[in-house]
Amino acid sequence: MTAHDIYLLSPEIAVASLAGLLLLLDLVVRRKGYLAPLALVGLIVPLALCILLWLDLDGGGAIRNEGILSGSLVVDRFSLFFKLLLLPVAAVVILMSGAYARKGGRFEAEFYALVLFSTSGMMLLASSVELITIYVALELTALPIAALAAFMPEGRSSESGLKFLILSGVSSALLLYGMVLVYGFTGSTFLPDVAARISEVGLDVDLPFGSYALLLGAVLIIAGFGFKITAFPFQMWAPDVYEGAPTSVTAFLSVASKAAGFAVILRVFYVAFPLESLSMEWSAIFAVLAALSMTVGNLIAIAQSNIKRMLAYSTIAHAGYIMVGLAAIAARVDSGQPDAGPSGVLFYLAGYAVTNLAAFAAVIAISARTGTDEIGGFAGMYRRAPLLAAVMAFSMISLTGVPPTVGFMAKIYIFGAAVNAGLMWLAVVGVLNSVISAYYYLRVVKVMVLSDPTDESRVSASLPVGAALAVTTAGILAFGLYPAPLIEFARTAVSVLL
Amino acid sequence: MISEFTGLLSTVVFLPLAVAVVIAVFVKGDRVVRIFAGAAVLVELALSAVVMLRYDAAKGGVQLIDRVEDWIPVESLEVQYFLGVDGLSAPLVLLTGLLGMAAVFASWGIKHRVREYFVWLLILQTAVMGVFTALDFLLFFLLWELELVPMFFLISIWGSGRREYSAMKFLIYTFLGSAFMLVGILALFFMTGTFDMTALPTEIAAAAPIIPMGVLFTLLFIAFAVKLPVFPLHTWLPDAHTDAPTAVSVMLAGVLLKMGGYGMIRVSVTMFPDVISEAAQALAIFGVINVLYGAVVTMRQTDLKRLIAFSSISHMGYVLIGIAAVTGPEASTGLTGAAMQMFTHGTITGLMFLLVGLVYEKAHTRYIPDLGGLATRMPVLASAFLLAGLASLGLPGTSGFVAEILVFLGAFPAWSWATALSAFGIVITAGYILWMVQRTMFGPAKERFGNTRDATVAEMVPIFVLAAAVIGVGVYPSIISDVFAGEMAAVAEALRGPGLLALNN
Repeated sequence: MTAHDIYLLSPEIAVASLAGLLLLLDLVVRRKGYLAPLALVGLIVPLALCILLWLDLDGGGAIRNEGILSGSLVVDRFSLFFKLLLLPVAAVVILMSGAYARKGGRFEAEFYALVLFSTSGMMLLASSVELITIYVALELTALPIAALAAFMPEGRSSESGLKFLILSGVSSALLLYGMVLVYGFTGSTFLPDVAARISEVGLDVDLPFGSYALLLGAVLIIAGFGFKITAFPFQMWAPDVYEGAPTSVTAFLSVASKAAGFAVILRVFYVAFPLESLSMEWSAIFAVLAALSMTVGNLIAIAQSNIKRMLAYSTIAHAGYIMVGLAAIAARVDSGQPDAGPSGVLFYLAGYAVTNLAAFAAVIAISARTGTDEIGGFAGMYRRAPLLAAVMAFSMISLTGVPPTVGFMAKIYIFGAAVNAGLMWLAVVGVLNSVISAYYYLRVVKVMVLSDPTDESRVSASLPVGAALAVTTAGILAFGLYPAPLIEFARTAVSVLL
Repeated sequence: MISEFTGLLSTVVFLPLAVAVVIAVFVKGDRVVRIFAGAAVLVELALSAVVMLRYDAAKGGVQLIDRVEDWIPVESLEVQYFLGVDGLSAPLVLLTGLLGMAAVFASWGIKHRVREYFVWLLILQTAVMGVFTALDFLLFFLLWELELVPMFFLISIWGSGRREYSAMKFLIYTFLGSAFMLVGILALFFMTGTFDMTALPTEIAAAAPIIPMGVLFTLLFIAFAVKLPVFPLHTWLPDAHTDAPTAVSVMLAGVLLKMGGYGMIRVSVTMFPDVISEAAQALAIFGVINVLYGAVVTMRQTDLKRLIAFSSISHMGYVLIGIAAVTGPEASTGLTGAAMQMFTHGTITGLMFLLVGLVYEKAHTRYIPDLGGLATRMPVLASAFLLAGLASLGLPGTSGFVAEILVFLGAFPAWSWATALSAFGIVITAGYILWMVQRTMFGPAKERFGNTRDATVAEMVPIFVLAAAVIGVGVYPSIISDVFAGEMAAVAEALRGPGLLALNN
């Protein structure tokens, strides 16, 4: 490992060191109130390093991509896109976390440190191009989240943490088993080598995936990752965990964890299984899972009365929408734009991040006052907190996919990618699901606007939560009106995969 | 990269939105809010009249273009900001200006959450104006969807009766329709590589279909059919109308339904010449069902607003029949009739809902058996009501007559039996309109309406403007119909092109 390697890894190192620094300072500093601002300021360092790396990349190959830890990690536009997405998400989550971290009593610093450790795992995940590294990064991502989910002393928090830990373990086992099969078939854990070996060995055209070993391997890998992205039928854990965990952790799970999961799925399937015969197979699997996730998520969400459970099912549905982009590989038809599917995934993830963070920030601000996560607690909120209610309504509209929000643009783009790839039926399923989702998203709006409030006292967001709301709402509107830069950014990022 | 920019249409579309933002952010006090909104719609009416005047019907084609080419410059989603009017949309812009003005003045008496109300009403006007002027298909869709949000709030907050149910029903129906439309739009884009609605007709003819054209046509048509509405997709309309506040009923019946008819002519007819020729028979049948079913159901209504809502379904059937004329020799007459029917029904029904709203406000009931003899207490309202009723049943000298006669003239050579059947709808219309006017306005004066007053001066402004439009267009129809006719002749001409010839051979 040379100094240059350290430079390439510096964003992850900076995030992990920041977490360590917080833990150390916690021992000496009396006034814990400084920890969160410090974490926020500290996050500027990795963000700046990521931008620096991106600029170096643009400088025409000045950066040496091979050879970090024997080539198991790579710094390219794709991984930097996700790092540049994950770092602001982590910052917003920290902004939203104040109340929950303080409830942890003397463990306030640990809360932020765990968020940061998990973030560093996600960043590594976006960079990994080797199966074992992927596994290690995945565990680094998941374990802190299990601790965070169980952070609250009361309520169903510990149940949530335990559920996450166990099911996360099961999914990791599935994933490892799948990786073992792929390794057994190809003799390599490095994704580019896997692809090379597969084409060397040759595939049996009559079998799905060309070989049973590869079929089983790929299916198990999809199952393992499916857990991370809450895709049907690996979504069972989500509602309980989402409901019990501190709300800011739920937001972190639904946005960051999902983004990292999709990053690694894109990387594994585009790099290791790029052969046309193979990609047609996995694209079909993702298409079916996408349709099922959307439909199941949306239909069950209708019946929910707890906002966090509703958002949990909504996140399952959105995993479905995003998987449309995975299924939309260009190999199917020769016309159109080859990167529409993967760039759609990235664009949608970014749009979903701002939208869902806004929704959760509003939930945090409101439920801090009402003391309940029931949708009924939002009654008459427009009168008690007009601005908060407006932001909540705006994020619900964005989740539904109605203009002028980024949710609308993201849906258009990703369904467009599906049509582009000849998956008309999937686009139809997608838009019909948007209609179903309108019912439960707008019910929240309805309750806020139409029902009479239970009491008339004002509700207001604390300063950090307010800042989180302002940033995310601005994102929803800005990318909803002028999405071109973000789309271009996503397209540049996925160009390395194709 | 601005390729063309007149600015007039952008102002027309976004002025209400801008005023809405100003009201939402800066303006305090209900009175000031009303004045801002009122001023905005008056300016808007003037601007839409300017659009109509500046549109050169002799030259034809798309004019007053505002176009920024690279709004979203990605190959897979090449979206432009492209506004323009042609002979079809220019009168509809004027109609929106007229009814937008009427809607705001009809809402002068709103007491509940005044600021929000006018904000939503103005946003609604931006969305509708945008739909009629957008010539990029994705921009069109964006504005089409944008209209849902204000409508949902306007009905569910300021409505009456089962307003939440009605608002949700309206939303789900329309959203479902537009979901299909989105798939259709995306499919068209991947067939042709463009969202440009002016280029699409020729591009589609040249492109190889990726899915059968009939399916594509249906995807798009469903959205328009929900909006128009076409039986059996109409059930949201009576509920929405009955429970919506007066001004929203005016907008809904006056312009929102016309978005459906506009979409049919702009998209279904001009982009799918082959399919529309094959579908024309079905359109004629559905048109007849709409006319007769709507009229018969209207006979049974006892709630004034519900009655007019069902009569709208009946009247929109004529739009379908006019469009079905595309297979006949008088295609351009039929299409002009359909477009005229949209314009005239907009003014007539807008006026009707306005009057019903005032009657309800003053008499406190819309239940027809409870009303009666109002003409003695409110002569101006009663006269206007009679005028609107007569125009609605197509009395010569009013605008309703012109539209319907054009539809019949156009459709008869192609679908003689359907036209004959639908003409019978006029008889039923005469029945329910006269019966309604007689039961509400005439007859012995009832004692409990002893204190009811006639319309105030402020209330008379929109009534007179709309009444003038009804009579004016009735007496001198070419002021509107010539503009429509020029464009529709071009559409009909295009239909006679290779597509129809191939079908006939």
